[in-house]
Amino acid sequence: MRRQWLATIAMAGLLGLAACGGGNQTPSGTQATGAAGGDSKKQVEVFSWWTGPGEADGLKAMREIFEKQNTQFTFFDAAVAGGSGDKAKALLKTKLDGNQPPDTFQGHAGAELQGYIKDGKLEPLNSLYDELKLKDVFPAQLIEQISVDGQIYSVPVNIHRSNVLWFNPAILKEAGLAGAPKSIDEFIAALEKVKATGKIPLSIGSEWTVAHLLENVMLGSMGTDAYNALFKPGGNWAGPEVTTALQKFAKIMEYAGDPQDDWQPAAKQVADGQAAFNIMGDWAYGYFHNPPDGGLGKASKTDFDWAPSPGTEGTYMWLSDSFTLPKGAKNRDGALAWLKVAASKEGQDAFNPKKGSIPARKDADTSLYTDYLADALKDWGGNKLAGSIQHGVSVSQPHLAAIGEAVGLFMGTKDVAGLQKALDDAAKANIQ
Amino acid sequence: MRRARTWLPGLLLVAPSIVAIGVFVYGMLGWNFRLAMTDKHTSRQQDEQFVGLENFIAIWDQPRWHLSVEHAIKFTVVFVVGALVLGWFLAFLMEKGIRGEGTFRTIYLFPMAVSFIATGIVWRWLMNSGQGERAVGLNRLFDAVGLPQWAWFRDQDWGMAAMAIPAVWQMSGYVMALFLAGFRGVPEELREAARVDGCTEWGVYRHVVLPLLRPVTLSALIILGHISLKVFDLIMAVSGKQIVTDVPAVFMWVTVFDSDDPAKGATIAAYIVLAVAIFVIPYLVWSVRKEKDR
Repeated sequence: MRRQWLATIAMAGLLGLAACGGGNQTPSGTQATGAAGGDSKKQVEVFSWWTGPGEADGLKAMREIFEKQNTQFTFFDAAVAGGSGDKAKALLKTKLDGNQPPDTFQGHAGAELQGYIKDGKLEPLNSLYDELKLKDVFPAQLIEQISVDGQIYSVPVNIHRSNVLWFNPAILKEAGLAGAPKSIDEFIAALEKVKATGKIPLSIGSEWTVAHLLENVMLGSMGTDAYNALFKPGGNWAGPEVTTALQKFAKIMEYAGDPQDDWQPAAKQVADGQAAFNIMGDWAYGYFHNPPDGGLGKASKTDFDWAPSPGTEGTYMWLSDSFTLPKGAKNRDGALAWLKVAASKEGQDAFNPKKGSIPARKDADTSLYTDYLADALKDWGGNKLAGSIQHGVSVSQPHLAAIGEAVGLFMGTKDVAGLQKALDDAAKANIQ
Repeated sequence: MRRARTWLPGLLLVAPSIVAIGVFVYGMLGWNFRLAMTDKHTSRQQDEQFVGLENFIAIWDQPRWHLSVEHAIKFTVVFVVGALVLGWFLAFLMEKGIRGEGTFRTIYLFPMAVSFIATGIVWRWLMNSGQGERAVGLNRLFDAVGLPQWAWFRDQDWGMAAMAIPAVWQMSGYVMALFLAGFRGVPEELREAARVDGCTEWGVYRHVVLPLLRPVTLSALIILGHISLKVFDLIMAVSGKQIVTDVPAVFMWVTVFDSDDPAKGATIAAYIVLAVAIFVIPYLVWSVRKEKDR
């Protein structure tokens, strides 16, 4: 009996020890790798959501430059898959809340980045900007979007365009259309004509692509100045201009095909000749144009063609990926070295042709950017600018979540007044 | 001292798990309920105030909450009834002693070994909403055999019923195993006695076997019900965070990570716990009472 008793206590003690051991393992493990890294080469953890074809190639090109210039550091790719950063941002939030930031992370310039700035998660980069004279090479409006109170918080690497109408020239011909529609009303008429041919007038993907469509219809219907005013304090989301835009949006949605899984299958319907139109950002160009394996290998101007989305000619609805310096980065010097590469002409010209975007710098080598990218580069220089909603320029993350919710509910109810009320409530709650 | 010898060793053995469960389950539950009763509506807010049940009431003003609750109910009804009926039917066939029973049993039980994420990814393709010449997956099959095609989980009204199909596929084998054990537990003598009394074969099931299966049915109902009310992974794999298939668990995730509203997220989590408790607590009471009777 006594022996049994002892054995039990011994067992319990062992279990307790094991539990403590288990608890200790994680932190000491992390420290060990940190220390080991310090001996030889310090690693730089770069967090992004560039894992897809094109974007991952671009990241790799920039990484090669970084490693050549900084032999004392090793690059650690902490990319998390998922379009538009869906899953990456959830993981990033837990890392930042736990004060275990990566050394540098990707964020959309604009209101999304300002969320991190207001939370006090980022270090200002003014000294880097002064050292490299970056204020002269980035457009002023872009710098304004990544600043709070005169402090600049990130290094933009690229510019994407949201307001692009992709279309299938053969279907347009079949429907008797001379070219891409220039206004929202022309667009609705064109959709009606395509419908008569039996093809899908407008392809859509999952719900976020419908929110993307909404920002384009609002911009096209309201005009650039009225659209931009929506996001300033006191922006009027309840007014008649928004009502008209939403009614047109509802009308356009009547011509939409079955929702596809994501933006790629929706874009593919245009390239495959099943659908006439698709409104998507210019990352679709890489998908259409790149050789099979990552892209569809289609010929531009014959299999697919593009124009500014209806009613938005002369306006560049932009978004930009940028890199940051989080407070408490373990390898601050390494992060700064990465930011210097990301800011450099060489780095941006290596990254962007592969990613299918144009560089944020004004002094890029234009010969590298051909076909669609040449058009984009030209328009970026001369157009008025508007900020994308879905891609974090004009609205913060919580505001965007509320807009996504309103659009999703609208797809079930088709209630324009309800949509406008939800958008108005979201703006009142989120724009101060 | 002598008395302590009888209970102390046992207590010491289970103490670590009691402590772990106390902290990581009940402690966290309590923390969640406390958070749900504050006004911490952004994560950067530090001085949250106690607001009682305000969040629990306010959420009923949100159209999305009504929709996600409605979706959860539709999903639960189709999933639980579907898995029970199909599982019962499979067990009934097995019980008749068909040839190759062991093989069939393994085949029906196999989907259990797959995670909901993997199931979801395959069924997302099977339930693609493309129709006619764009049809793939099930719609292609239905097209070929002349059945009507459907938008599946993207249908605004009955999408959640389609969403339950992969779950039924996955769990009905497990229900079959439960019922089969139940069937085997019915003594042959009872059936024979009924037959001797002139009962038809259907009558034997109706009046002898089914009543004896009641405890098994109840366990299956509880297990399926609580899986169903907190379903998250299957929905994320099939549809992602789209409103058309929104359920409370997905709503909670979006609320915490995208909308950055911890108090509201905790409120939704609390409602999920309460909904599961409605299933589980009566079952616990019932089983404790039954054990006392013994």
